[in-house]
Amino acid sequence: MHDPKPTVAPATSPGVEASPLSWLSRARERLERAAAGVFLWPSILVVLLLAVFPLLLSLYLSLARVRFVRGGVEIAFVGLANYRKLLVGSEQDHFLGVFTRPSPLGGLLFGLVALAVLVGWARYLRSGRVGPVGLLGRGIASLLILALVGLSAITLGPEGRPGTVVVTLFYVYVGLFLQYTIGLLLAVLTAQRLPGRRFFRVVFLLPMMITPVGVAYMFRMLTDTSKGPFKPIWLALGLADFSWVNDPWGARMAVLIGDVWQWTPFMFIVLLAALEGQSVEQIEAAMVDGANRWQIFRHITFPQLLPVSTTVVLIRMIEAFKIVDLPNVLTNGGPGTATESLTLQAFIAWRTLDLGGSAAVAYSLLVLVTVISLTYVTLLRARVTE
Amino acid sequence: MFRRLFTSRSPLEPAPFWAGISYLILGFWAFVVLFPLYWLVVTSVKLPVHVNTGPVYLPFVDFQPSLHAWRYIFVDLRNDTLRPYVNTTVIALSSSVLALVLGTAAAYGLTRFTYRPKLGAVGLVIGWIGLAVVAVVLGVPWPLAVAVAMALAVVSVSALNHRFRRALGNQDVAFWLISQRILPPVAVVIPIYVLFQQLRLLDTRTALVITYTATNLPIVVWLMRDYFQSVPVELEESAAIDGAGRYQIFWLIVLPLALPGLVATFLFILVFAWNEYLLALFLSGANSQTMPLLVAAQNATRGPQWWYMSVLILIMILPVIVMAIVLERYIARGLLVGAIKG
Repeated sequence: MHDPKPTVAPATSPGVEASPLSWLSRARERLERAAAGVFLWPSILVVLLLAVFPLLLSLYLSLARVRFVRGGVEIAFVGLANYRKLLVGSEQDHFLGVFTRPSPLGGLLFGLVALAVLVGWARYLRSGRVGPVGLLGRGIASLLILALVGLSAITLGPEGRPGTVVVTLFYVYVGLFLQYTIGLLLAVLTAQRLPGRRFFRVVFLLPMMITPVGVAYMFRMLTDTSKGPFKPIWLALGLADFSWVNDPWGARMAVLIGDVWQWTPFMFIVLLAALEGQSVEQIEAAMVDGANRWQIFRHITFPQLLPVSTTVVLIRMIEAFKIVDLPNVLTNGGPGTATESLTLQAFIAWRTLDLGGSAAVAYSLLVLVTVISLTYVTLLRARVTE
Repeated sequence: MFRRLFTSRSPLEPAPFWAGISYLILGFWAFVVLFPLYWLVVTSVKLPVHVNTGPVYLPFVDFQPSLHAWRYIFVDLRNDTLRPYVNTTVIALSSSVLALVLGTAAAYGLTRFTYRPKLGAVGLVIGWIGLAVVAVVLGVPWPLAVAVAMALAVVSVSALNHRFRRALGNQDVAFWLISQRILPPVAVVIPIYVLFQQLRLLDTRTALVITYTATNLPIVVWLMRDYFQSVPVELEESAAIDGAGRYQIFWLIVLPLALPGLVATFLFILVFAWNEYLLALFLSGANSQTMPLLVAAQNATRGPQWWYMSVLILIMILPVIVMAIVLERYIARGLLVGAIKG
C-alpha cells in the first residue's frame, strides 16, 4: 500500500556472521526495512476496525428496521424510512421541533445569512477555481447552513418549540461564544505580571478535569431553589417557587451554564499559553508611541492570537456537538424533550430498542458535524490565502 | 498623585488601577470555579436534615459536620464503591498507555517516513470491507467474512498496486487519522456493541480498554505529530550514521526527547478516559461499571441523596485535581503545540 522512502539513512548491515546467527540478522534486517509500516499500521488497523468498519455498519442500520427475535436479531432493509420519520414523520416534533411564524429577528437573521452565502458563491464563481468537488461541497454546505438557520428561525418563535437539532446548535454556539469570550478575558488578565497569578492559573484549570457527570450533579444542587446555596437570592427575587428544571429555557440555561463552567478552562489555558509565548518588544514599542491598553490588545495581541483561536474554536466545536452527559444527568433531557441533545436522542432511541432510528439520528449528527467543520476549515483557509 | 494610578512602569505590569480591576474579575471567576467545589465538600459532611431544611453554609458554625456519608460509602458499601473505582483506574490507565504507544508510533512514522498509499489500493480495501459487511449482514459468520476479505484485500492490492497512478501523501493519512475525532461516538457505538457481543466481551474491562484506545488515538497522533515536527532530525541522522537501527533510534533518542509532549498527551487522554460516560453507558454492565456510571446511577436508585453523591464525586475528582495542580505547566504547553500547528 505504500513504499517507504526513509529520510534517515538505514542502518548499515553488519558484516558476515556465523551461520546460526544469519537468519536472525536477516530477520532483523527485514524488520528494519519494514519500519515505516510497523510504525503506522497498528493505528490504521485500530481505526479501521473500530471507527470505519462500525461506521459503515451504522449506515446500514440507519436504513433498516432491527427487531430482537428469539436467538438473535432480525434486520429488514427499509430504505430511507428512518430518516423520513425524523424529518416529516412521527419524530418531526422531537427532532426538528414545532414550527411557527418566525419572529422579525429570526427573519432578519435568516436574510443576513442568505446574503452572506450568496456573496460567498459570487466570490467563488468569479475566483476561477471552480471544480466539481468544490461545487458539490459548497452546494451541500450552503443548503445545510441555510436549512439550519431557517429551522432555528421558525422553531424559536413564541409558539414554536425547538427540536434536538436546534437545542444542540444552541449548546454548541452559545456555549462556544461564552467560553471563548470568558476564556480570552481571563487569559489576558492572567498573562499580566500580577502577584498570585499562578494561583489563578491552577484554579481556572480545575473544572476541565472534573467528570461531566459530576458537574451535572453539582449544578443540580446549585440550581435547586429550595435546598441550594442561593435560596436567599431566589427568595429576594421572588423566584423561590421557580424550578429551573421544570422550565424549558431554565433547564437549557442550566445545562449551558454547566457546560460553560466546565469548558472555559480549555480556551483559557491554550490562549494563556499562546499569550505567554508572544514577544514583548512590539507591545513596548506601541506603549512608547502612546497606544492605550485597548489599542494594544486590538491591534497587536489579538491578531497574534487569531491562528490559535481558530484552532481551539474548531476543537471545542467538534467536541461540543457530542454533548450528552450534562443534559442526561442534569435534567434527564426534560422537561419533556426540551434539553435533549442529538446524542441523547440517539441514546434514548437505542434504549427503547429502536436501533434503526438511533442510527439515523447518529448519522444526522455525523453529517451535521462533518459539513460544518469542513465549511469552517475551508472558509478559514480561504481567509488565510487571501 | 492621581495619575500614578493609571500609569504602569513596564508593559506587562499593569497600572495599580487596572491591577485592581483585574483582581476583581479574576477573583470573581475564582469564586465561580471554587464555590461549586466548596459546596460539594460541605454537602459531603452534612446530615440529611441539614440539606433538607434549606441551605447551611459553614461547618462548625451553621451546623455540626458528620462523616456519616463517608462512612457509608467506604464501610457499608465498600465493595460497591471499590469495584468501579478499580475498574476506572485500570481501564483509564491501560487504554491511555495503549493509545499513547500506538499513536506515538504512528505520529513518528508520519513525520519521519514517506508514505504514498495509492488511491486505487485504498479504494480496493474499502470495497472489500464493504463487501465483508454486506456478507455479515446476509448471514455469513463474521470471522469467516473478515478473514476472506482480508486475504482478498492483501492479494488484490499486491497484484494491482503498481498499476495505480494517483497516490496520497503523509498529509492525507494524518488528516484521515486525526479527523476520526470528529466522529460522534454514538454513531459507531451500536456496531461496536454488536461486535463485542459476538466476541463475548460485553461488560468486560477489555471492551472498554479497546474502545477508549480507539477514541483517544486521534488525539495522540495529532498532538505527537506536531511535537515530532518541532524536534530536529539531525540527532537521529547522526545516530543512523553510527549504525543505530530504526527502532533503537526511536526508543533511545526520540522518545526521551519527546518526554514533555508525551506527559502532556498522556494526561490529556487519561482525563478523557477517566471521565468518559457515553461509551461506558453502552458497553458496560455490573461487572465493568466505571465511576461516572456509578455517580450517574445514584439518582435513579435512591433519589437525590446529595450527601452520598458528593462523596462519590469527590473521590472521583480528587486524583485528577491533584494531577492538574502538580502538572499544570505540562498540560498548558502540550496543548499549545497542538493548537498552533493543528
